[in-house]
Amino acid sequence: MISIINNLGIIIGISLMYSAPLIYTALGGVISENAGVVNIGLEGMMTIGALVGATVGYYSGNPWLAFLAAGIAGGIMAILHGIASITFTADQIVSGIAINFIGPGLALFLSRLFFEGATMTKPIPLDNKMPQPFKNILPEVTQVETIKDAMINFFRNAIFNQYITVFIAFILVFIVWFVLYKTKLGLRIRSVGEHPRAADTLGINVYRIKYIAVILSGVFAGFGGAAMSIAVVANYRATLISGQGFIALAAMIFGKWKPQGAMWACLLFGAAQGIAIYLGGTAIKVPSTLLAMTPYVITLLALIFVVGEGNGPKANGLPYEKNQG
Amino acid sequence: MKKNNKFIVTLFSIFLGLVVGAIILFISGYNPIEAYQVMFMGIFGSPKYISYTIVRSTPIIITGISVAFAFKTGLFNIGAEGQFIIGSIFAMIAGYLFKLPPVIHGLVAILVGALAAGIWAGIVGVLKSKFGINEVISSIMLNWIALYMNNYFLTFPLLRRPNSDASFKVLDTAKINFLGQWKVSEAGKAFLKDNKFLRELLNPPVNYGFLIAILLAILVWYILKHTTLGYQLKAVGYNKDAAEYGGINIKKNIVVSMMIAGAISGIAGATQVLGVEHQIGILAASQGYGFNGMAVSLIAGNNPLATIPAGLLFGGLTYGGGKLNSLIGAPSEVINIAIGSIVFFVAMPKLFEMFGKIFTRRKRGENLD
Repeated sequence: MISIINNLGIIIGISLMYSAPLIYTALGGVISENAGVVNIGLEGMMTIGALVGATVGYYSGNPWLAFLAAGIAGGIMAILHGIASITFTADQIVSGIAINFIGPGLALFLSRLFFEGATMTKPIPLDNKMPQPFKNILPEVTQVETIKDAMINFFRNAIFNQYITVFIAFILVFIVWFVLYKTKLGLRIRSVGEHPRAADTLGINVYRIKYIAVILSGVFAGFGGAAMSIAVVANYRATLISGQGFIALAAMIFGKWKPQGAMWACLLFGAAQGIAIYLGGTAIKVPSTLLAMTPYVITLLALIFVVGEGNGPKANGLPYEKNQG
Repeated sequence: MKKNNKFIVTLFSIFLGLVVGAIILFISGYNPIEAYQVMFMGIFGSPKYISYTIVRSTPIIITGISVAFAFKTGLFNIGAEGQFIIGSIFAMIAGYLFKLPPVIHGLVAILVGALAAGIWAGIVGVLKSKFGINEVISSIMLNWIALYMNNYFLTFPLLRRPNSDASFKVLDTAKINFLGQWKVSEAGKAFLKDNKFLRELLNPPVNYGFLIAILLAILVWYILKHTTLGYQLKAVGYNKDAAEYGGINIKKNIVVSMMIAGAISGIAGATQVLGVEHQIGILAASQGYGFNGMAVSLIAGNNPLATIPAGLLFGGLTYGGGKLNSLIGAPSEVINIAIGSIVFFVAMPKLFEMFGKIFTRRKRGENLD
């Protein structure tokens, strides 16, 4: 019993840690696609965020400045996506793919410029990483003997030891949900994604709303990248962001384009990852490659048996031209 | 837009993409002219380099054909990456375990790889047509599953070469290298010793993959343009509802289309194993063959025949650009930025239309307002 509680705490801890970067990025996808702009470039925006976060964090020593800078960097990448897909009515998928080439390329390029030709940034000292605000609330238990010790350990590992980026991610889920469904801006974003021409007739500036949504999606993806590079680990390297942007994209579709849905999908994915990593460290004889595969298999199965067909915003992916028809 | 205009837009996009690369190099304190010179010489400076460029281009031309085919039939094949891996795994298995005469062995191994990857991609098709699951998200998952499956297969003692991170090498009979046996034979060595040009040209792992790529491009172009199957697949891509009304079985077509696209990417993986690597190794992250194929297809305007020059351009840029680092110390990643920019500009034909308008107005001496 004691060890079960203990281990569960570790698994939940890992799961939340891995979910957080995905949640930021998936929220970005939710905002952009609700305004009708498909954003397959999340991966590239995340990569730039990770690099800028790690670089600013290393040179300034201030994690908050680094986090902010990462968001801005992601937002700037998103402006490119906006210019192509909103102003020039480009194919949004194609533009997103371009971002996914430019982002990682630029990240490595900048890394080499700022760190004497190295393809990884120098590690940020522990004190300058994102803080773990609740770390010292519960006493450290060195020897787990009673259920109470195990419970303390459980909460420490699962929640109180988390970096603040994890908590912010969940707060942002609520904020994005609130903005999308309870405010005028949210209504405008959704109406632009559902029926841009009707929105236009009602006097909504479709282009402006789309730009706001796309830039926000980049900012969120940038945060997601930084949540990796200045919290989960302490530097940027070429393989740090390898596929998380796409997983976040999948989570967003999986969560039916809703912030809370995307959050659950990210948590499911994080949990699968947490279990895989945990089992990898135990004596249970499962080949590590099969374990590494499980998160993706579980997600696929969940798609088949739980989620089924999902429909996004009606005008998602379609370019909008004001003076047409 | 007219076909001719599309071609001009592509050429302009390539030019602008290279300009973006030059600007970035310039801002970072490197001489862009010198950099492009180094790249140019890195591609055309020696017969060896030309061979390498072709060898590098071959797999991404083939994945490019796969993506282009899927695009034409209304599907987005982001799964080329995983299909490539599956193709390479099974081509390696057939190339190592089967005992067959030369030529036939190679062909059989390619077919096995294509078949496996076709079935793999068929999963995506079935998930889409039966359960309505978006092909993008199932493909993303399957790409990762394929990658770990590659590593899982390498845990089998039957396949893994002892004390290594890789599989056994495929048998000589399965290799598809151009004059591969002759190159290392006594007669071949003696002949090449006196012929510098040929020696250099044959030094890289040149193989029949490039030929296969050209044949595939023609075949896919023909299927799409001149067969009933191609017509049906394209009809589903253009307008699903109209196609269904016209009596075309959409669900079947989605599966067929995915399987063909998968088989093509599988061939890319197979030729890479049989012609270049001769083995498969542990993969830590995706190798990018599928994603690069997407860029190739987009630069080619999703035209299967145009993937050949587009792939050569891509392969040349990455191969030549790879030398920037060692020769002038400039980050080679600038090439990825340039390629991304090319794709970016290709996506914006409207930008060029605007340029075009301003230009023609100027010619007529009209006011720019």
